[in-house]
Amino acid sequence: MDYINNIKKIFQWYDEILSVQHRAEVARELRNEDDLFLLLCLSETLGLPNPAFYYTLELYPYMMEKFHDWHLRMGMEKSPLSGFRCC
Amino acid sequence: MSAIWLAVVGTIVFVLGYRYYSKFVAEKIYRLDPNFVTPAHEFRDDVDFVPTKRSVLWGHHFTSVAGAAPILGPAIAVYWGWLPALLWVVLGTVFAAGVHDFGTLVLSVRNKGQSVGTLANKLIGRNAKLLFLFIILILVLMVNAVFAWVISNLFIRFPASVLPVLIEIPLAIWIGYAVFKRKKSMLIPSIIALLVMYGTAVVTSKVPFLQIDLVRYFGGEGSTVLFGLDGVSMAFFVWIIILMVYCYIASTLPVWKLLQPRDYINSHQLVVGLVIMYAGLLFLNPEITAPMTNPDAADKSWLPLMFITIACGAISGFHGLVSSGTTSKQLDKETDARFVGYFGAVGEGFLALISIIACVTLFANIGEFKEAYSSFGAANQGGLGNFIAGGAQLVTGIGIPADIARTIISVIVVSFAATTLDSSVRLMRYIISELGVEYKVPTITKTHVATSIAVLSSAALVLLPKGPNGFGSGGYILWPLFGTTNQLLAGISLLLISVWLKRQGRNYLVTFIPMVFLLVMTTWAMIQQVFFEWSGLQGTNANLLLFIFGAIILVFAIWIVLTAIYELSKKDNNSLDNTFKQ
Repeated sequence: MDYINNIKKIFQWYDEILSVQHRAEVARELRNEDDLFLLLCLSETLGLPNPAFYYTLELYPYMMEKFHDWHLRMGMEKSPLSGFRCC
Repeated sequence: MSAIWLAVVGTIVFVLGYRYYSKFVAEKIYRLDPNFVTPAHEFRDDVDFVPTKRSVLWGHHFTSVAGAAPILGPAIAVYWGWLPALLWVVLGTVFAAGVHDFGTLVLSVRNKGQSVGTLANKLIGRNAKLLFLFIILILVLMVNAVFAWVISNLFIRFPASVLPVLIEIPLAIWIGYAVFKRKKSMLIPSIIALLVMYGTAVVTSKVPFLQIDLVRYFGGEGSTVLFGLDGVSMAFFVWIIILMVYCYIASTLPVWKLLQPRDYINSHQLVVGLVIMYAGLLFLNPEITAPMTNPDAADKSWLPLMFITIACGAISGFHGLVSSGTTSKQLDKETDARFVGYFGAVGEGFLALISIIACVTLFANIGEFKEAYSSFGAANQGGLGNFIAGGAQLVTGIGIPADIARTIISVIVVSFAATTLDSSVRLMRYIISELGVEYKVPTITKTHVATSIAVLSSAALVLLPKGPNGFGSGGYILWPLFGTTNQLLAGISLLLISVWLKRQGRNYLVTFIPMVFLLVMTTWAMIQQVFFEWSGLQGTNANLLLFIFGAIILVFAIWIVLTAIYELSKKDNNSLDNTFKQ
């Protein structure tokens, strides 16, 4: 059994090596999609009319953390939106 | 003498270098600190900055830097005999490449994971950024031109390898789709893809009908096809056009559709190639038939040309870009840098070593070697083909028939070259876009415009220079230019590390000596080629295109030398100290 476990470990390690680069690429693609979603949710705050405004308003508390990460990543120390007090 | 001795000597020196020299550099010069908070932890975002296990990161670093270049350089350089090539690969890896890859990694980690380009920008100012962009632009242009020619040449020499290489494309697309849509692991599908490729290689080796031999379709070597081109030239022309179209498509598609899964398959090929060739070497125990030094190699002196012919495999500036670009953002502990950076260079050294061994054991006797390596031009043209034939001969040691072995090794080499080719077209596109932003030309920042410029300029560079062997043979004249550019990049990285060490009051000779050596060799080689060969002053045929390129690179080289002298001689009382004072 140990022998089989070792083989499995080696395969896992090998797979991990080859996935490092791709993991980053896929994560970046997903992050871009997330950013787009964030923009859609916050469009009303930015002055873009949004027909689903009532629903996105309810999402704000859940977006707080993500929004905070986003504005830090964009190089803004404090939240750029006055109604959004995440930090 | 048995060729196993070369592998043994190389391995012993590599092991000693890693065990003692890298330890000395890590403790006394770079002074790695296990408690230093690396950028992977400080800026963790799970995309670019991710702390990664040491062995995994080493594997990733090695597969990123290993390609066709460390095979091609040594395969050409054995023209001067096996001893100079072996010494440069072994000693260059230990004293130059290891220190360079390791150093760029540490420097980047100490500076928030910034790349060598950004650091040069801080040290030398805005001009450095443009200098860097242009050097890399020329580097990737050379890569595109050289590898387009190299792949076409291999397709013509080994027609059995065409179908297995082409079949990799739909397989990669299928894997990309399966992984992206069904979130599966790539491991099993990619191994199946590899088996399908090698299965196809076995079939095409045995069935001549499946060998896509354009020269034969065009009526053989002596025929005239179109525009006064003979069969071989026409085959080159068609392959180069096909490759360029492929590059265009591959580099504009999203990465996960084709490039990533294909990279993944090729990483297996790297492992397979190294294992079967070293295993074959042990079982076959071939004799070295090439001369230790070649007194007949009179048309080109080994000094300084050998040091730019073997770029990757001894020291390469491209590794610095990988170290400081991606690897440094994933380093878990600073002390891991020694294993990842230095040992990554050693892995590349092993690849260059097997390339030398394959080429020096291929021939039955010294006469055959001298026939194949009759001139530097012949060495350039035949180098990679000799590696494939020699590598295949080694592989027969583990019981694989010669024709199948030849096809498999050529598939491996072509896959490497193709990966290098489309990655560099993609990189060139990014650089053209960036230059567009820098000089406010919005048109060329668009994907398709930038890619068109990249592809067309590469195609022009392959097809326009008049090589001695007619149409399309301009490609291999460019190899020394590629080597020079690559070594210049390494020179800049070593300069940055030296400045950093000097400002901390440490002994910077460890990086300073390889830097001086590299800059002297590259400048010397460029002066020799630009003024005495391509200018037409010495009664040689003038070559305007190469003269212009060579002159540009020479200007860059002199610029870097002057910058180095200025930076290392001035007192440490400027605002940049903070960058290099951590």
